Amino acid sequence: MEEQKPKLKLAVYWAAACGGCCVSVLDVHEALFTVISAADLVFWPIALDFKYADVEAMPDGHIDVTLFNGAIRNSENEHMAKLLRKKTKVLVAYGSCSHMGGIPGLANFSTKEDILRRVFEETESSINPEKTRPQTEYTVPEGKLEIPEFFNDVRALDKVVSVDYYLPGCPPQTERLVEVFMAIVTGAQLPPPGSVVGAGNKSQCDECNRKKTENKVISKFFRPWEIFDDGETCFMEQGVICMGPATRSGCGHRCILGNAPCRGCYGPLEKVEDPGAKMMSAISSIIEAKESEEIEKVIADIADPAGTFYRFSLPASMMRRKLI
Amino acid sequence: MKRITIDPITRLEGHGKIEIFLKEDGEVENVYFQVPELRGFEKFIEGRPAEEIPHIVTKICGVCPGCHHMASGKAVDAAFGVVPTPTAVKIRDLFYMAHFVHSHIAHFYALGAPDFVVGPTAPKAERNILGVIGKVGVEIGTEVIKQRRIAQEIQALLGGHQTHVMLNIPGGVRKGLTEEQRADIEVKAKGFVEFAKFSLKVFEDVVLANKDYVDIILNGPYKLNLYSMGLVDENNKVNFYDGKVRVVDQDGNEHCKYGPREYRDFVAERVEPWSYLKFPYLKKVGWKGLVDGKDSGVYHATPLSRLNASDGMATPLAQIEYEKMYQILGGKPVQNTLAMHWARLIELLYSAEHCLELAQDTSITGQDLRTPITKIVGEGVGIVEAQRGTLTHHYWTDEKGMITKANIIVGTTNNNAAICMSIKKAAQGFIKKGVTVDDGILNLVEMAFRAYDPCFSCATHSLPGKMPMILNVRNDKGELLQQVKRNHTT
Repeated sequence: MEEQKPKLKLAVYWAAACGGCCVSVLDVHEALFTVISAADLVFWPIALDFKYADVEAMPDGHIDVTLFNGAIRNSENEHMAKLLRKKTKVLVAYGSCSHMGGIPGLANFSTKEDILRRVFEETESSINPEKTRPQTEYTVPEGKLEIPEFFNDVRALDKVVSVDYYLPGCPPQTERLVEVFMAIVTGAQLPPPGSVVGAGNKSQCDECNRKKTENKVISKFFRPWEIFDDGETCFMEQGVICMGPATRSGCGHRCILGNAPCRGCYGPLEKVEDPGAKMMSAISSIIEAKESEEIEKVIADIADPAGTFYRFSLPASMMRRKLI
Repeated sequence: MKRITIDPITRLEGHGKIEIFLKEDGEVENVYFQVPELRGFEKFIEGRPAEEIPHIVTKICGVCPGCHHMASGKAVDAAFGVVPTPTAVKIRDLFYMAHFVHSHIAHFYALGAPDFVVGPTAPKAERNILGVIGKVGVEIGTEVIKQRRIAQEIQALLGGHQTHVMLNIPGGVRKGLTEEQRADIEVKAKGFVEFAKFSLKVFEDVVLANKDYVDIILNGPYKLNLYSMGLVDENNKVNFYDGKVRVVDQDGNEHCKYGPREYRDFVAERVEPWSYLKFPYLKKVGWKGLVDGKDSGVYHATPLSRLNASDGMATPLAQIEYEKMYQILGGKPVQNTLAMHWARLIELLYSAEHCLELAQDTSITGQDLRTPITKIVGEGVGIVEAQRGTLTHHYWTDEKGMITKANIIVGTTNNNAAICMSIKKAAQGFIKKGVTVDDGILNLVEMAFRAYDPCFSCATHSLPGKMPMILNVRNDKGELLQQVKRNHTT
């Protein structure tokens, strides 16, 4: 007789995150019952009582799968990444922040010093003549208080520990999570470690419902508010930068359905090293100008190209951060 | 000195901890509530195009992204010198009411109700949403999930992305409503009104009918004497999307009333070296430390403070409930922290009624979705009420509309000082000489800040409402004397 398969031990943890990834896990709704029947949640700080100490007490490799969301912003995030790596068989970078650094990764356009000075000293509502800043250790009359160290750089999870799979999105579509989860539970063949799961291998454009014209060229780029989107034509053909050409499918075009251009949260396609380089090639193929001077002029209309092309991926990109 | 460390308080946007210092005799000496996280949005949105910011700041919080989206969208409108079209304002307001319905339902049933429906010192394993369902029945539990999901569906319909909404564009919205969609939302909004009425009935039957609960609300160590802040319309009625910020004092008299652009005349923020979260206070009163009373600028910005700061609710059923609450609790302003739960349900009813009003207005299907931009002004402030407090976004741009500076005061941040004080007061009230600190005591302390529905406790809005905790009692050598965990004591 076949032995009953032991239930999967599942953990979910957030580092520097907004909570949206955990909400995407909660959004399984009724499927939560399927999840619970197939897996024991052994650590999920949002919902369950298991503590850091409980994780520390687990034998190495005790957890089958950890969905790690959030970027590595401070010393506590780093500590937890290392701890969970040790305790986990399959570590999944869940969501844009752990996959590529995400929105918090935009902070790599600044330095730690810039951020702390702005937030605690310069912000117009702060009154702080003594220039007080949070201290990692501070002694109050009753004793010593500690808070984590704020790092200079935001890092993606795989810059700190080895990652088995990446499940992209800001946040990942819940349907994709359920698909991946069911594949694990049923013992389906998973792609080799290091792969992206829960996303397509095509670009957003390949699956986009907006109308595209063969060989269409444009002569100018616009900010989204400079045009009146017709609701049906490809954004790039309307002259609005859309990250579709450089972004994986899998999200269900949720932003485009809301009449907003893609900003690339699902990350670059397989074998595309850098979304910025890919966007530059997409842009050069759509602009009318062929002389380099003209090309530069058209490209100069693109507002904040770095912050747009690397909106979710700066720490994981070739650029990694603004050089100081 | 003995200390009790509660770390991590895991339902924060990131992480948090509480340090309780005890005197030798076991009485509480002092309490620190620390927020150890910072991401620095104020800095890294510099250099970005202003129109992108409403989609970047949603990532401040994945549970109340709609609030940041709205405050940001309004700040960008102002910086771009544009007034959104009437239809766009209605659509935004409609979206926003659905956002409040979803959040307030989740907070009450998943987070607040377990303490009352199941009981503040009930067995830990039952003190969660499943315990609530166990008490009220699966049928009602299913209805809770259904109503919240419908509210989310309305948000997704209007905003594209189900979590990180894409609705706003400078001068208006990206997408309008068809008549069919409007009619559908009208039916759903009627369901919200019925459900909100039902929720208030649950509160009445379960909480108000129980003498012990009424006693703990009125007489427990949960009362602070604070200023109350809230957004009001031109009639001083509660409004979430637009209006002026009004602050009333401990006697209910108006302390100030200001428009978005004037916020810096009335609110300032203090930095403490032991937390990454700043401490806002009323500038004209001044910072006197973590103390309450009229001479201290500490205020709160919560459902209860919003009701205190207003002259009533703009919808009829909510107005009746508003009057009833003040009658039972002894007049305005109410300062009992736990009454925030009651106020939240009155706001739920208002959100539902206002959602229905908007959906019944057939002009909401208008095609005037955007006002064109003609000149960039270069500075704008947007204020809305987030579920967890008054939310202020202030941006400066260059002549091309690129962000040069930003200042943000987040809903929960307003309550940082008040939360610190509430935790301390509850700790002092329950951790006493000779009292063994057990899970029940821990939960009674925890109830002090749960009432605020703090936004750094994001996902508590959707799941079993227990905050995982560990509590270490150590002597001054750091040796462990006692450890209390949520599920077991060792």
